[in-house]
Amino acid sequence: MNEIIGYIFIVVGLAFDIFGCIGLLRLPDVYNRLQATTKCVTLGTSSILLGTIVIKGLAATSIKAFLCIIFLVLTSPVAAHALSRGAHISGVKLWGKSVCDKYAEDKKSKNREE
Amino acid sequence: MKSKIILFIIGFIIWMLLGWPPNLQHALAGIFAAGFVAALTGDMFTRRPHRFINPSRYLWFGYYVFLFLWECLKANIDVALRVVNPKLPINPGIVKVKTTLKSDTALTFLANSITLTPGTFCIDIKPESGILYIHWINVESDDLDKATKLIVDKFEKVLKRVFE
Repeated sequence: MNEIIGYIFIVVGLAFDIFGCIGLLRLPDVYNRLQATTKCVTLGTSSILLGTIVIKGLAATSIKAFLCIIFLVLTSPVAAHALSRGAHISGVKLWGKSVCDKYAEDKKSKNREE
Repeated sequence: MKSKIILFIIGFIIWMLLGWPPNLQHALAGIFAAGFVAALTGDMFTRRPHRFINPSRYLWFGYYVFLFLWECLKANIDVALRVVNPKLPINPGIVKVKTTLKSDTALTFLANSITLTPGTFCIDIKPESGILYIHWINVESDDLDKATKLIVDKFEKVLKRVFE
């Protein structure tokens, strides 16, 4: 029974990873692509690790997998945050159909004040 | 000093979990490693160590974890549906929101939660004025107050009880 639940988790995780990769290919600009990859890949990979925890039960492997989940959830948004901020500062434009860009507006007004 | 002791305990626990099953040799090496790290970087770990004692903070943190997991699952299904939809229904933009949280840890957790929840993605923070710039995959409102209500509110209340 445990094995079946574990495999379900692993399959769901793989599906989310695939959605993340499709998002990386289909979405138009850096920021949207980061959206898809950080969200789907974080949950997908966590779900695969959770599947191994369920299959293995309380063992050395599952404790390590649990620590991996914690570090993944803590670090992957920080990495994405650093990438997007770097992209915006180095002047990567938003997609043409974007609605608004308050960040660029604020940066411009700040430059004028200086 | 208290901050160093807390970091030592956390580091030692993680060391022992990584080297499961425990034995004496491993524990001795762990004491040296955790002690070394705590002596070097302990002062940077936390500025208000008395907050680690309060048990209600841990309870609220447990509640926050469940809230966060639920939101995270919703976010993933939302983004996955957008990605596989042939019309690609996105409406992206960068909006500005305000937060009343002040401490560094709380802001980090808020930014991380926002990044991992439905269609929103933190780009930059100004800690002094409490302003976050957020990339939203489907902009519902570019107004400061409305966006704050939609994005930040649900986490802010809980995080305030945990970290402030």
